[in-house]
Parts: sequence; structure tokens; C-alpha cells
Amino acid sequence: MREFSQLEQRLLNEFQQGLPLTSEPYADIARQLGVYETTVLETLHRLQTEGVVSRVGAVFRPNRIGASTLAAMAVPAEQLEDIAAIVSSFAEVNHNYEREHHFNLWFVVVAADEQHLQDVLAEIESSCAYPLLDLPLLNEYFIDLGFDLKWT
Amino acid sequence: MDMKASSPADMIPIPGLHEALIKIIGEGLPLVKQPYAEIAKQLNCSESAVIDGIKSIIASGDLKRFGVVVRHRKLGYRANGMVVWDLPDNRVSEIGHCIGQYSFVTLCYQRPRRLPEWHYNLFSMIHGRDRAAVIDQVAFIVQQCGLQGIEHEILFSNRCFKQRGANYRVDPPSISSGRAVNE
Repeated sequence: MREFSQLEQRLLNEFQQGLPLTSEPYADIARQLGVYETTVLETLHRLQTEGVVSRVGAVFRPNRIGASTLAAMAVPAEQLEDIAAIVSSFAEVNHNYEREHHFNLWFVVVAADEQHLQDVLAEIESSCAYPLLDLPLLNEYFIDLGFDLKWT
Repeated sequence: MDMKASSPADMIPIPGLHEALIKIIGEGLPLVKQPYAEIAKQLNCSESAVIDGIKSIIASGDLKRFGVVVRHRKLGYRANGMVVWDLPDNRVSEIGHCIGQYSFVTLCYQRPRRLPEWHYNLFSMIHGRDRAAVIDQVAFIVQQCGLQGIEHEILFSNRCFKQRGANYRVDPPSISSGRAVNE
């Protein structure tokens, strides 16, 4: 990981929420940071090209738009890659991770509605020939203020 | 500036605008001087309709955040632990709020048990620079929230097979195939 400048650190840490809804939001950010608007735009563009910033935009709450769930599967280690590839091939699957546990494959499935979601889960189960745990969100208990990046 | 900004036509809701904006802000704003005017041009509406539309999406509570979306792994936060807890059902809310208050906890959700295979009912996500940092933070939570004796496990992430924004299909399909992000 490279070193980040003071400006980059502040852009990454202080603007994860509350992007100004004004005609020139990057100019407003520039004023807060005491730099030129073009510097803010160039820096964000560079961070996005490097993949440090995924985008400037919205992070949606799960289950507010469409239906989604977290699913888990226990797959023998030697088959994990093949099974993961089958799971990933579904357009409705976004995050798909290996985790260190008996349940070693974890993925998020998102669909337009609950019926579609259940259909997709059934299809994934039959394609993989392993049962899955369907673990939908029931309640959330955190105030998401963005992630506080500690620059040490 | 958009000349249509204050025309009476703006008082009439533009069909499909809400869905189109959800898709666009989920994918990310253009990095230009006037991003909302740029979006307005694409959607053939006024800049103020775009800004008001985004304000109403925010007011609806559908968003967690609207701003710079960072990728933790690229910032050196390489360890990601999903900590699962087996809590007494009547204490999930109280303990969930306790765990969820810390800035290093990025998600804290109640999910159903699936007995007998799965008995954990609270999930919290912790990002750290390395595994030791995550383990320390879990120990801190145990102490602060009084969770000694509560069974829990840390599931560290290993390989990432797929990661992208969620693909919602939101009606009407004519204006938007609906792409939004859920992370």
C-alpha cells in the first residue's frame, strides 16, 4: 500500500457521507479542504483509477430495494473453487467469499422480490448439490457513519 | 446552469426518475464540476429535479451513505472478520446496540438461527489491518458489552470469489435495469 497525502486521507475519511447536494459539490468540498476544485476532482479520479475509491455515490441499505439474503454453504475444500464458480455465475450473487469455518462459502444474493430470491436460492442449491443456510437480515443495530480510517 | 431549473414542469413528477436516479447514484456520480447537471442532461430533466430526487431518496431512508465509497482492502485493512454471536433472544437488541456503536464495527445484524446447523443469531463485521487487530477488537467488545461466557466465533475472510454492486431489477424495466450497491 502506498502512502496517502494529507488531502487524500481527508477526502477518504471525511466525505464518506453527506456529499453536498449543490450545483458544484466538489467545489464545496474544495472550500472545506482549502484546495482548488480541480485538485479535488483530480485526486478523486486518481483514487478511483487505483481502486481505492469504488465510486462517489450511494451505499444502499439492504432489503430496502429488492430482497436480499446472506447465504452460507459447507463445501469440501477440494471442491470449493468449482462450487464457488457455480455460485458466482448467478447474476443475483454479488459478494462471494471464502471464510475460515465449516461453513466456508458465504455469499449475498439480491433479487427484485422475495419470490425471485427464493427461486434463485433453490436453483443455487440444486446446481451445487449442497444445502445452503438462508440467513436474511432481521434487524440492524448500528449507526453507519462510514468507516473511520485510522492513519497511523 | 440548467435553464429549466425553475420551470413549472418540474412540479410534475417525472415518470421513472426515482428508479433512474437509484441506478445512477448506485453506480456513482460523474467526476465533473456539475455532476447533477450532467445527470440531468442524461435524463433529459432539470438539475433541480435531479437534486430534489436524490434528496427524496435520502429522506426515504433507503441509503446508508451518500459520498466517497472506499475499498477497505486497498487501504491496508486486509483482515476482515465476521464475528457471529449466540445471544439469548431477549438480549439481542440491547447487545446489538452495544456492539454496533463502535466505529470499527461496519455491520451489526440480527439474523435467524438455523438449528441444528447454525445457532448464532447476531453478526458483526470488523475490519482491521491484520488478524491480531481484529482479535483485539473482539476482546474489547467482549469486555465493554459484558459478553464473557457468550459463545462467539470469528470467521476470517479468505479468498474473494466475486465482489460487485448488487444487481436489482427495479420496475419499470424501460428506464432502468436497476443497479444498486449494498455493502
